[in-house]
Amino acid sequence: MIRVSVQPAPIDLATEIAGVEAHGAGGIATFTGSVRGDDGVTRLTLEHYPGMTEAALCGIAEDAFARWGLLAVTIVHRVGPMVPGDRIVFVGTAATHRAAALESCAFLIDRLKTDAPFWKKEERGTDIRWVAARESDTAAAGRWG
Amino acid sequence: MDLLYFAWVRESVGTGHEQVDPPAHVATVADLIAWLAGRSPGHAEALGEPARLRAAIDQRFVPLDTPLGAAREVAIFPPVTGG
Repeated sequence: MIRVSVQPAPIDLATEIAGVEAHGAGGIATFTGSVRGDDGVTRLTLEHYPGMTEAALCGIAEDAFARWGLLAVTIVHRVGPMVPGDRIVFVGTAATHRAAALESCAFLIDRLKTDAPFWKKEERGTDIRWVAARESDTAAAGRWG
Repeated sequence: MDLLYFAWVRESVGTGHEQVDPPAHVATVADLIAWLAGRSPGHAEALGEPARLRAAIDQRFVPLDTPLGAAREVAIFPPVTGG
């Protein structure tokens, strides 16, 4: 089963993990990304492309589902304003064995960073700037072929 | 044709959505960007450096040299930074 959500509401880890576990797999892998507070960021705002963003996330979820023979994939991405410590993204995968769960989880977060239309704006007090894309993210996504 | 702008492209243009009817010589996304850059100082600021831009036609990422064809919705935005 594939679940994709792009939402302004906070991400509830217990609910999302339980949703992935409910598919009776032997291995569950999860990744949670949160807003870093170590470089003076006071607020982070995520913009997305309604319609295309959800379709892009469904596309990479379907790729992972087929490639690793998964039992469940959940991708939840928060949008709108956030503060340090808030969860931005959750990826959960369920498979019969751990290798497929762990590898597909890594694949999904790498691909999500380059293949889904989201844009981050950082605020440090009154200093507001859009985040530039990172070459290292493109390289990480490229390693999956 | 519906145009959508996101992130700093939207802020510089001053709107996230507009409808245009490009002239016949506008054949590719790059042509469209060059034509749009002449519409206002905000458009010029947002679209003056195509190397900083990415695009989607009907909600699929495309290179800037892609022909517009029968595109209904074209989105222009900076490289994505999600996750």
